Amino acid sequence: MATNNNVIERERIVIKFAGDSGDGMQLTGNQFTDTSATLGNDLATFPDFPSEIRAPQGTIAGVSGYQVNIGHSDIYTSGDKADVLVALNPAALAYNMNSFKPNATIIVDLDTFTEKSFKKAKLDSNPLEDSRLADCTVIAAPVTSQCREVLKETGMDSKTIDKTRNQFVAGILAYLFNRDLNLAIEFLKNKFAKKPKLVEINTKVLKAGHTYAGNIEAIHSTFIVNPNLSKKGKFRNITGNQATAWGLMAAAEKSGLNFFLGSYPITPATDILMELSKHKELGIKTFQAEDEIAGINSAIGAAYAGNMAATTTSGPGLSLKSEAIGLAFITELPLVIVNVMRGGPSTGLPTKTEQTDLMQALWGRNGEAPIPIIAASSPADCFNYAFEAEKIAIEHMTPVILLTDSYLGNGSGLMKIPNMDDMPSITPKIAKPDQAYEPYERDPETLVRTWAHPGTRGAEHRVGGLEKSDVHGAVSHDPINHEKMIKLRDAKVRKIADNYAPQEVFGSEDADLLVVSWGSTKGAVYSAFKELEDAGKKIAFTNFNYIFPLPKETPEIFKKYKKILICELNSGQFAHHLRSEYPEFEYSQYNKIQAQPFMVTELVDKFNEILEDK
Amino acid sequence: MTDTMKNIPHYTKKDFVSDQEVKWCAGCGDYSILSAVQNALPEIGVAKEDIVFVSGIGCSSRFPYYVDTYGFHGIHGRAAAIASGVKAANPKLSVWIMSGDGDSMAIGGNHFIHILRRNMNVNYILFNNQIYGLTKGQYSPTTPLGQVTKTSPYGTIEHPFKPGELAMGAEGTFYARGTDNNPKQMKEIIIEAAKHEGTSLVEILQNCVIFNNNTHHEITDKVTRDDHQIYLKAGEKMIFGKEKNKGLVLDGLKLKVVTIGEDGYTLDDILVHDPTQEDPTMAFLLARMSLPEFPVAVGVLRAYKAPVYDQLMEQQIEDVKAKSKMKNMTDVLNSGNTFEL
Repeated sequence: MATNNNVIERERIVIKFAGDSGDGMQLTGNQFTDTSATLGNDLATFPDFPSEIRAPQGTIAGVSGYQVNIGHSDIYTSGDKADVLVALNPAALAYNMNSFKPNATIIVDLDTFTEKSFKKAKLDSNPLEDSRLADCTVIAAPVTSQCREVLKETGMDSKTIDKTRNQFVAGILAYLFNRDLNLAIEFLKNKFAKKPKLVEINTKVLKAGHTYAGNIEAIHSTFIVNPNLSKKGKFRNITGNQATAWGLMAAAEKSGLNFFLGSYPITPATDILMELSKHKELGIKTFQAEDEIAGINSAIGAAYAGNMAATTTSGPGLSLKSEAIGLAFITELPLVIVNVMRGGPSTGLPTKTEQTDLMQALWGRNGEAPIPIIAASSPADCFNYAFEAEKIAIEHMTPVILLTDSYLGNGSGLMKIPNMDDMPSITPKIAKPDQAYEPYERDPETLVRTWAHPGTRGAEHRVGGLEKSDVHGAVSHDPINHEKMIKLRDAKVRKIADNYAPQEVFGSEDADLLVVSWGSTKGAVYSAFKELEDAGKKIAFTNFNYIFPLPKETPEIFKKYKKILICELNSGQFAHHLRSEYPEFEYSQYNKIQAQPFMVTELVDKFNEILEDK
Repeated sequence: MTDTMKNIPHYTKKDFVSDQEVKWCAGCGDYSILSAVQNALPEIGVAKEDIVFVSGIGCSSRFPYYVDTYGFHGIHGRAAAIASGVKAANPKLSVWIMSGDGDSMAIGGNHFIHILRRNMNVNYILFNNQIYGLTKGQYSPTTPLGQVTKTSPYGTIEHPFKPGELAMGAEGTFYARGTDNNPKQMKEIIIEAAKHEGTSLVEILQNCVIFNNNTHHEITDKVTRDDHQIYLKAGEKMIFGKEKNKGLVLDGLKLKVVTIGEDGYTLDDILVHDPTQEDPTMAFLLARMSLPEFPVAVGVLRAYKAPVYDQLMEQQIEDVKAKSKMKNMTDVLNSGNTFEL
């Protein structure tokens, strides 16, 4: 890396913001992220917040965090350990003592490091004296007193003044990253568009922080992260949950169908319901149901009535919806079930991330009810996979489960703004009035039945949860018919794999080791793979987004490699799935069950260990 | 095109009979309810392709298979949720929920109160036979206290629900009660339910000939019913009895049965039925009446006009559309902060 005076150019840099839930860490994180995007950096973010809304101030339980990884090159994860940590109180520093690199830059509000606050955070000693800070650059700024000093003439109350502390830090960061202060000011102007007084005082504090950073001697070097030139076009920073909502909306527009969401609030999926409920201007209907079961059943009703329908939930909610998913399956109605996975079992770890609902998605229904399962891999591609989930549901007349997780849903990254004209078409097969209609008559190629919307004259028909006779759809207890229907429904779903995009494989064909991820672990596993490939190691990588049915070329890919390592955030559910679908291969596993995303470093270590053990 | 502009064919009962063989037990009260509905449908002014029957699970829930309209046989307890989705998705449809006391009062109890609270514009026919029939004779949430059933061999120890009381608790806007042995009255009530905008709950006291025979006998018996029922009609005095000489008066916060011409009561003292009041208290008192102290109220007990969920939903969308600058997905995708790289 080139050093120009005391300015260091960095390929990537990870910044973590931590403070009390009310300290505005998410806001400051967003501000830094937007500024980075404006300057052309690639990025990924991940918030880390407690499940309590406002735990007691100053306690470890109340620490809220926001991490962003910005890069000159492509970014695939929100980063491992931080290069820069902002800790607005002792609890935030203590909580993150293992989240930064040995030579990190640590910015703290020195005014909060008092005996009283150590007590509150249940700390035996001052965390600034911890040996883990030995090689760090510590910027111990008197943030609170500086803010009060700067704003003492403004007549603002002390509570409002103290809320500007995060902008003092933003000022220090702008100095540290050689950034134009106007970008941060623009953010404040947009954020507080209707509150000019807040813009004024926050700007004052921001400038004071910047000046402070320039005057102190603690900062020996500053950073520059150059723009990422591989990404071109118009981008926006988007969370996975927002991208999921928009992908569903885009699918509705493309199909020409009205959209209906039946849903019940549940962490971490609620954002999708909230986002969709904003967009009445596009005719989006959202029904906040009395429970998870009513959420999905209302969506099934809407699908029967001819809407593009979806329901959104997280693990425990998916459990409650199981019976109804079976109903959507046997009635062969299009429905997307979005499951934003969180730590389980039961209530588990509601705000943390895990990939532990795969088995539930695959098998969590009575009777034989195989349904397509797809998994998104980045916050931005939640848009594409939500769109595709609807496309599959509508064109194949089946419920589809879309798996995302807390890491994708709450995390964000840059999404290239798609051109709606370039999005694939979605073509429902809908019955026309006054023509003969049989509910279970199928397209001979795809085995898809025709959708007849109530209001269509001459297509009056009855469907339901009872087994139906082939073609005509009368209630049937005939054993031969039952077996036929079971096989038809299964064959219909398996045929969906005929239309998949090819399964991408990276790395050399003569690699010894194929590392495999699915869904949201793609970014970390790919990053680790890339690091080793760049170092000349023989390694290959593939990621699965189509979980059921699996891509048809899967066995062709697997047979090229001596070792296959399945990496996932559970005890081995995808490995189990692969063993049952393709038992001819041997699979190794790398599992993490800490309700935290993979770190690239731990994957690199694991891959190296396998590569060396020949 | 609105439904009122549609040219509705002249239907007869036959137009609403499906090709499915009806499989209820011989003598089941469900037959007469099916017949009453099929008789009422030609008179509600809706094209048959615009009608959807939705049900849950239970004997009553087989209903949609037998009506030649659109139909959806759902899962246990969820008919109200499914129907809410149908109606919200397409408010032009005439949506009918067919459910029983187990389906609506037990497993579907939550959806039952919430559809009433929202006032979704659907018709909800509740077949109350006070027993689980399809699973062969276990007590339900409406089974009278102490009754011996297969799961209460020593008598139930559970206080039963009265569906009308629950409906009034949720401030449902329409509640009517009928009996399966009075087809003419059932038809009248069903037509009233169809006319009402909002969730129209119709409880039919229905006989399960196999597992709970004659459970409503005291109320429905043709010999005694004039004394044991009061047929409430809007704007009319609340009088009943073979001699039409008994009536209801208010005594403090309670209803009281009096005989006209006795104890100083005259016809003027008798209450006049007004189902249109906002306050559901009187309808609650009427729904609560039971033998032997009171006659059982039948007819339309409540029909209050209130805002309807599916119409409010449509209206809100229209209002936001008119004000918003965003017209399509391209506008949404390009809104807010974007970055040129």
